[in-house]
Amino acid sequence: MAGTALRGRLSPRPLLWQVAKVSAVAVETASVATITLDVPDWPGHQAGQHVDIRLTDDDGYMAERSYSIASAPGEPVALTVERIDDGEVSPYLTDELRVGDDLELRGPIGGYFVWEPADGGPLLLAAGGSGVVPLRSILRHRERTGSDVAVRLLYSSRTLDDVIYSGELDHPAAGVEVIHTLTRHQPPGWTGYARRVDAALLAEVAWPAGAMPLAYICGPTTFVEAVSQALVQSGYPPQRVKTERFGGTGGS
Amino acid sequence: MDALDGNAIGGLLREVFGAEMTTTMSACGSCGAARQVGELVVYNHAPGTVVRCRSCENILMVFVTMRERTCVDLLGLSALG
Repeated sequence: MAGTALRGRLSPRPLLWQVAKVSAVAVETASVATITLDVPDWPGHQAGQHVDIRLTDDDGYMAERSYSIASAPGEPVALTVERIDDGEVSPYLTDELRVGDDLELRGPIGGYFVWEPADGGPLLLAAGGSGVVPLRSILRHRERTGSDVAVRLLYSSRTLDDVIYSGELDHPAAGVEVIHTLTRHQPPGWTGYARRVDAALLAEVAWPAGAMPLAYICGPTTFVEAVSQALVQSGYPPQRVKTERFGGTGGS
Repeated sequence: MDALDGNAIGGLLREVFGAEMTTTMSACGSCGAARQVGELVVYNHAPGTVVRCRSCENILMVFVTMRERTCVDLLGLSALG
């Protein structure tokens, strides 16, 4: 009944801060770590959602940041964090945090940048740098649910050493293609792309608009702007191009 | 300052409205553009958050948080929800 749905919609469901415990820390690259958390009252999440993290200084000063969830629904909550050298929050998360430490968070948050198998595809996932994090959740969710939606992941990194989840991405599930571009430095013998993602590169690797693809783009603001504009110009319906900008140029 | 998307402030919006808002439809009070909140342009610099229309850049929503109280201005919207 409409009335019931409306009441459910409007009934206040506060999003409370809670304390999670770090259960594992894994180094991904020189500046990126994955932090796995034990969250006592976790209601479950969707692929593509994020959490807010809050750090409180001794004097009561609080800094709050959002981080995408890297794990699939049903897996323990994991956040993959890139250290911003002059950042207030990320250096603590990547360098100081240890197994057993407490971390204040609230979530899961967001319904816009999420993917469920029923949303279909084909999927074009485009990542700039650590923008790959929520897309990795989507990839794992696809695999865990047995979805056969065809996926192309276009992943832009500065150098090969900056590629996050390289172990997993080197062996993608059936139906998943991973296309790398390295924008700053390429190792000897590199056969992948070696330039920034632009309309010409997308024309080569993205699904044609006629395939009615669904696109998820995450990365630095400049990357997301470039990719989303090029896709819309090539005929992707704007409402099938989901974006998550995390600010900055990121150099990726 | 870099523009983010509406989904970046999903936590703040849920705090203010008590519900998931990033998939809620909004209408700009200036140009009338209808978009999901998650698609709007967000400038997020403590203590204030400014949300603008992606079509005409009209200011749709402003949130300012001080001492755990959030002041909310929705005057730029003609509809939400």
